[in-house]
This record gives sequence, structure tokens and C-alpha cells, in this order.
Amino acid sequence: MSDILAREPAGIRVEGVDLSYGATRVLRDVNLEIRPGEFFAFLGPSGCGKTTLLRLIAGFNTAQRGRVLVGGTDISNLPPWKRDVGMVFQSYALWPHMTVRRNVAFGLEERRVARAEIAGRVDAALALVGLEGMGDRRPSQLSGGQQQRVALARTVAVRPKVLLLDEPLSNLDARLRVQVRRELREMQQRLRLTTIFVTHDQEEANTVCDRIAVMNEGVVQQVGTPMELYDHPANLFVASFLGTANIMPGKVLRDGAASAFEIDGGTRIPLPPGLDVPAGARLMFRPQDVALLPLGAEAPGRRLLEGEVTHREFLGASIRYGVRVAGAEVLVDAPHTGGEGHLAVGGRAALALDAARVKLLAG
Amino acid sequence: MSLATTEATAATPPVSRGRRWAARPGEAVAFGLVAIFLIAFLVVPVLTVITVAFQDRATGGFTLAHVGDFLSNDLFMRSFWNSLYVSLMSVVVASLIALPLAYFTTRFEFRGAVLVQTLGVLPLIMPPFAGAVAMGLLFGRSGSVNLLLGDYFDINIPFMEGLNGVIFVQSVHYFPFILLNLSASLRNIDRSMEEAAQNLGSHGFRLFRRIVLPLAMPGYVAGASLVFIKVFDDLATPLLLNVREMLAPQAYLRITSVGLEDPIGYVISVVLILFSVLSLWVSSLALRGRDYATVQRGGGGLARRRLPRGQAVAAYALILTILALVLAPHLGLFLLSIATIWSFAPLPDGYTLAHYTRVFAESSGYITNTLIYAGLAGLLDVVIGTAIAYLVLRTRMAGARWLDYLAMSALAVPGLVLGIGYLRTYFGVTLPGGTSLAAFWGIIVLALAVRRLPYALRACTAALQQISSSLEEAAENLGARRLRVVRRIVLPLMAGGIAAGFVTSFATAAVELSATLMLVQSNADAPLAYGLYVFMQSPAGRGAGAALGIIAVVIVGLSTLVSHLVTARGGKESA
Repeated sequence: MSDILAREPAGIRVEGVDLSYGATRVLRDVNLEIRPGEFFAFLGPSGCGKTTLLRLIAGFNTAQRGRVLVGGTDISNLPPWKRDVGMVFQSYALWPHMTVRRNVAFGLEERRVARAEIAGRVDAALALVGLEGMGDRRPSQLSGGQQQRVALARTVAVRPKVLLLDEPLSNLDARLRVQVRRELREMQQRLRLTTIFVTHDQEEANTVCDRIAVMNEGVVQQVGTPMELYDHPANLFVASFLGTANIMPGKVLRDGAASAFEIDGGTRIPLPPGLDVPAGARLMFRPQDVALLPLGAEAPGRRLLEGEVTHREFLGASIRYGVRVAGAEVLVDAPHTGGEGHLAVGGRAALALDAARVKLLAG
Repeated sequence: MSLATTEATAATPPVSRGRRWAARPGEAVAFGLVAIFLIAFLVVPVLTVITVAFQDRATGGFTLAHVGDFLSNDLFMRSFWNSLYVSLMSVVVASLIALPLAYFTTRFEFRGAVLVQTLGVLPLIMPPFAGAVAMGLLFGRSGSVNLLLGDYFDINIPFMEGLNGVIFVQSVHYFPFILLNLSASLRNIDRSMEEAAQNLGSHGFRLFRRIVLPLAMPGYVAGASLVFIKVFDDLATPLLLNVREMLAPQAYLRITSVGLEDPIGYVISVVLILFSVLSLWVSSLALRGRDYATVQRGGGGLARRRLPRGQAVAAYALILTILALVLAPHLGLFLLSIATIWSFAPLPDGYTLAHYTRVFAESSGYITNTLIYAGLAGLLDVVIGTAIAYLVLRTRMAGARWLDYLAMSALAVPGLVLGIGYLRTYFGVTLPGGTSLAAFWGIIVLALAVRRLPYALRACTAALQQISSSLEEAAENLGARRLRVVRRIVLPLMAGGIAAGFVTSFATAAVELSATLMLVQSNADAPLAYGLYVFMQSPAGRGAGAALGIIAVVIVGLSTLVSHLVTARGGKESA
């Protein structure tokens, strides 16, 4: 049924894009290569330029420099209505004066598609999003989730070369969000549609996307699969934006071939040989990369740091402790297996740090 | 202590339905007074008019004979069709004026958009009949424009001949209603509405026709029906232009020349009410359930586009022409007020301040009367408006909502009809001292107050709505009794809205003429608008009339300015 909505997927290339509003530089030398059929995310905090980049691809912004190619063709100078890139708006932007059916048919009518084919494709699009039989309703008679499905159906009905989703889950409640993101992924796979998903929520990006571009202050910080970004963050921003990161200030000490990182306050962590050390680096490790031990316990081969337990949060599968070490607070996740003893707030404990799992990253 | 406790419990907002009559005495008194006022000065006069239209004069029974007389009389039917034609054409012409102004200033990066919007509303602050004579001098058969056209092109355009004149004057005066409503609608369209259409392949005129226009339609219809109703009910403009074959002038002439007993005036009044209700209904239909205010989070109205150079020049030329046209009455009136002699010439022969001296010397009574009448009417309006708003929003008293509806229904009552109703109802009522209540100047104040009450009521309601009831609960919690809460918390916070309501009532009442024309019994009691009307009827009085008109414009303009300042300050406070 949805076959009539599928088409050959197209890739997207963004080359050297600079974009400013007056004196504010919103995008700085952005270069991206999105593969045909890929589910790709622009991830970053609000104001990082991710929506601006999406709107640039849709043609609602103009870059001062650089170009955008879709399926190998430069579309930088095309107006929005000639680009054939489908966009689902954050607000859904359903036209309140038209029924669901008229909304979905709109793009096809603008493309002068034959009437019979319009009917078929509208039905297919509505079926694809599970809204058969809702065609005669008005947008105002639908729930938020249904409105979003209409917006999606309206966009895929025109068989766009690529699909752009602007924060598609932000106006839905938490439970619906999980369901909809799975459905989005399923639909994307079925149509093999190159899709860009803009979000500020790392969990959303991690769960549905093949690859993510992490953005901050108009600059693409790193591009990679969710796992690559988590395990090998390129800098402190990526490390702290994806997952929880402990970041310790200090300095690198070299002694011939061997080197070590001295955390402010004195504790030294020996660094594995050959570790790349960027300038101004800080020590980063994840809460699950440290073990929390009672004072005086032995941990062969690992560095011990002493500190005071300042707070404790029970998360179900694990317990997250805050431990004050040498002026900095370190978060530690200890697995919770039930019935086991735990450390009390106010008590002292030792952190056992696995030197092989620490990273030195710059800001 | 125990009293304070009971009061506090009774005032908890979700009053249960069973206890809704457990109103405090003060509220019951306020309710009663407002109800008596509305019944005596709105309901009874209007019902009287309607009754007389269907009453047999001899037997007092029901009859359709008067309606039959109206329908079978050529003059009245011609008047009816003329009124309908003039109203519809005024809507058309007003739309032609308002559309480009609204469209260009809201949708494009347009230098001076604010100025255009401000100037575009200016005509509303001048009484339409005041501009009528000036328009005659500028656009009439031997007016400035036609003299120049005759000199250079040897043509003469009948802008001001017969019904054309009424249509021209009315549309130039009332188009701001369309401009304001349409601009608001256009601004309320979220840019994503338009972008979504572009993204799906639509652009240019098709985009405008399929997305922008339908979304702006409710605002347009609301504005257009307002123009229709105002023109349909207006009495003074056609009279001043010497157009008598329209409904309102016919009703006026029948009542004033044939007498209060003549039923045709009442039948015409019923027709006027009928069409007013009809167009209000159309307007509410357009707005109900189609609240297309679509601005969303992160939205901000339609994206403004830059016009290409050539189109920009054309757009500016168009807008400047339109502005020149709509500001012509003001300019003309001003020229007339300082002209020595102005006839058969594009510009006056000479200039003088004599008209102003004359007005201040001979007719300052008009000005004083206007300030007193409009001031009292405005005061009455905000007192009643505040009372109704409070009863509706804070007490949930059964019937409070009906007071609101009743007060708002004054919108559907033409001033002429109200005037006729007052005359008929209160002519027999004599005041201590022997004069009839209908001849007492206070009746003019009451008529003005009833007519402008809807504006003041909406302003007061909006002001009260913005005050969270938790502010009052906090005061009660700290021990203040209900009346003290109203005095120390509610009224100070409402002050800005109340002031705005007063100014609106005052400014519009200052230039009201329809009801006033019916009710003024002696020149000594007449307000400015009436004096203006009297002056304008003789060529010799035109200069002084124009001076009086300029004074009216200044009064209304100043009060509008004050209201802007007050609301701007109020907005800052609440923000």
C-alpha cells in the first residue's frame, strides 16, 4: 500500500555553509554528508543552529556562503516550493480551514497530480500513519498525536526527496513520545526515506537515528553513530551533552615516555602510553567507569581517590552517588542488585578509577 | 470576626450552584441598579419602538398594516434599496482601500508600516458628517479635484453626486474597521502555515488564495459587517449630503415632520434593528468556531518579505494615493476652517482665524455641553461596566451573564432607534419643574451612555480578567473584607483598563449624532456634533462648522492619545 509513496532515496551534502543574522553568526563552516536512506539527527542545545540548518535545507533561510546539494544537485538557489524536500513543522502547521484530507492532498494539487492518483496517494498516506477514516475531520478535532500524523502524511504524500523533521516529538506527552519515535523509525525504514531529525534530546536521537551531528554555537562538534559519540566523544561538549560525564580539572605531567594527569588537589592518574593529549585538556570519565568502595578496600591496578558522599539517588537499576573529591563533585553509578548494603550520605568512601577508561578532552 | 469568616467562605470562587443566590447585599444592590438602568433605558425604549411598529393605533391590537404601508410605498422601498446599495458599496470601496494597506504593511518589509497603520486609523477620530462638507469641496462637481481634472483633462468625475457621495464619505470614514480587523488576522497567521504550503510546492498568488486569504477571512468578515451596520444605520452623513431617500433619514424626517405618532418611522426602526442584528450575527458566525489565531510557540506572524525595487515603488505609490484620499477630509476640513472664501477654486482665496474666534465667542456652549455629556456618559459607562464585569467574573451570580448580554446588545441598536424610543417612552414623563424627561438634557447623556456601554464594558472585563483571583484571595486571607478587597486590590489594578474604557466611551460619545439629533430640544442643550450639523447646513456657517469639526477632532484625538498612553503604561505594569 505504501509502495506508491516510496522513491529512490537521495543523499544530502552541506558544503562550507556560513550563515549570520546581522552580527550574529548562526552557522559556521558547516560541512555534512548524509547518505541516501539514512536517518540522521541534528542534536544540540537550543540556539545551537540546528533548526536554522534544517530551514536552510528547506529553503527558508539563505546562507552567506556555501551550498546544499540534494541527490547531487545544488538546490541553494531554488525557492522553497521547487526544492522537493518535505518538512514536518514543530507546530505541525496544519491549515485549520481545511479537512485532514484537503491538508494531505494540498501538495499533490499544487503539483498538478491527476485527481485519481491524488485520491490513491492521500489514502495511502493516511493509511501509513494509521488515520484511515479520519479524512473528513478538521485539524482542531484531532489530538496532538493525530495532528502530527496528519502533518507527516501531508509531507510523505508528495514523495519528497528527503524528509525534514523539526523537533517532531516536542509537543507530545512523554508516553506518546516513545511510541511515536518507534513508528517514525519504522516508517522511515519502510519508505527508505533520507530523513533529518532535529532534536535537543539525546535519548530521542540515540534511539532512532543512524548517525548524529552534535552541534553547538553554530559549529558541528562531531558526527558519528550514537555509540561512537558516547564512547569516543571528540570534546568536552559532546561528552557532557551525550550521557553524564565527570570532568576533572588538572594538568598533564610528563616524565620521559610516561605521562600522568594530576587532578587539581594532587591525585595523579597515570595515562596509558600513546594517548593523544589536546591542549588545555581535562580528565573525563563516565559514572559507570568508577567503582565506589568502602574506605580501606583494596583495588589492585586502579587509582583510589578519597572523598565524602554528599548525596545519593536511587535510580532503580543503579544508585548514583555524589562524592566530593578534591573540591570537585564526582558522580558514581553503582549497580543495584537488591538487598545489598549501600553507602550512607556523609560517610567517606574511595573511588577506584580505571585508568584505561579515562579520556583527556578539551573544551 | 464571625462575619469575616462567613464572608471569606462565601467568596471562595467555585461557588456551588446551590448557593449561587447567596449573594452579599452589596452585589445584589449593584445587580439591581444595573438591571433597572438597562431595562429602563435600553429594553423598554427598544421594545416600545417595536411594539408601535406592529400596533393598531385605534385598537392597540397587533397589526401588519404599517409594515404593509411601508412595503407598498415606492419612496420607502426606494429608500430601503438605496440604503442596502450604499451599505454594500461602502463595504466594497472600504475593502478596496483597506486591503492594500493591510496586505502591504503586514506582509512585507515596509518602511513606515507603523505610520501607515496609524494614519489609516485616523479617519475614525473624526465624525463622518464633519468630513462630508469638506469632501464636497474637494471632490464635488466644482471641487478642487474636478476643477483640476477639468482644466487638464476636461473630465468631471461624479464622486459626490447623490448616493456616490454617501458611499465615498462613508467608506473613507469607516474603512479602518476593515483595516484593523484584517491586519490583526493577517498578523495572527503563523509563518509556518505559509512555509508548510511553500514546502509542498505552493507559492505566489495560489499560496495567497489557498492559505493566507482563507485564514484572514474571519477578521475581514468581522470588519466588513461592522462597516455595513455603521453605514446602514447612519443618519447624519446622508442628511448633510442632502440625500434623503435612505432609511435612516426617512425615519428621522417622518418623526420630526409628521410626528411621534406616525408608525412608519417605527417600522423603519425595526428594519434598521433587523439588519443590525443580521450583520452582527454574520460577524459572530465568521468568528465562532473559526478561531484561526494560529500563532504558535516560536512563531511570530507571517514572514515579512522584501519587495523587489519596481514593485516597492508601485506599492508606495498606491499606498500614498490611498492615504492622500483618506486624509483628504481632514485636510479639507482644516482648510475650510481657516478659509475666507472657498468656492469654485482648488484652494481657498485667503486665510483667517475668524471662524475659530466666532466659534469660541458665540458657540462655546456646544463645546462645554459636549465635554459634560460625553464625560458623564463615560463615567456612567465605566461604573456600570465595572459592576457588570465584577458580577460576571467574580460572583457567578445567576443572571450576571444576562446583564452582560443585555449591555452588549446595545451594539445592535442604531442611535436613531434609541432616540426615537426615548422620545416615545419618556415624552409623557414629566420631571419636577414641568419639563418632559424626553426634553431634559440628561436624556442625551443616558442615550450616549447606553450606546457606548459595550465598548467600556469590554475594556473593564478585559482589565478584570487579567487580575488573578489569587490576588484577592491573598487579601482575604490576610483579613480584608470583601468591599475593602474591591477597593484596595481590584479597583487599583483595574484602573488602567477602566481609564481606557472611559476614554473610548468619551471620545466616541463626543462625536455621536444619530441619537443626539433626535433628542436635542433646544440649541442651548446641544452638543458639538449637533452644532456642527446646524452650522454646516448654511453656506455661511461652513467656516465656523469646520472650525467646530477641527475642535472635535482635537478633542477625540487627544483622548485617543491619552488612552494609548494609559494602556501602554498599564501593559508595562502587568508585564
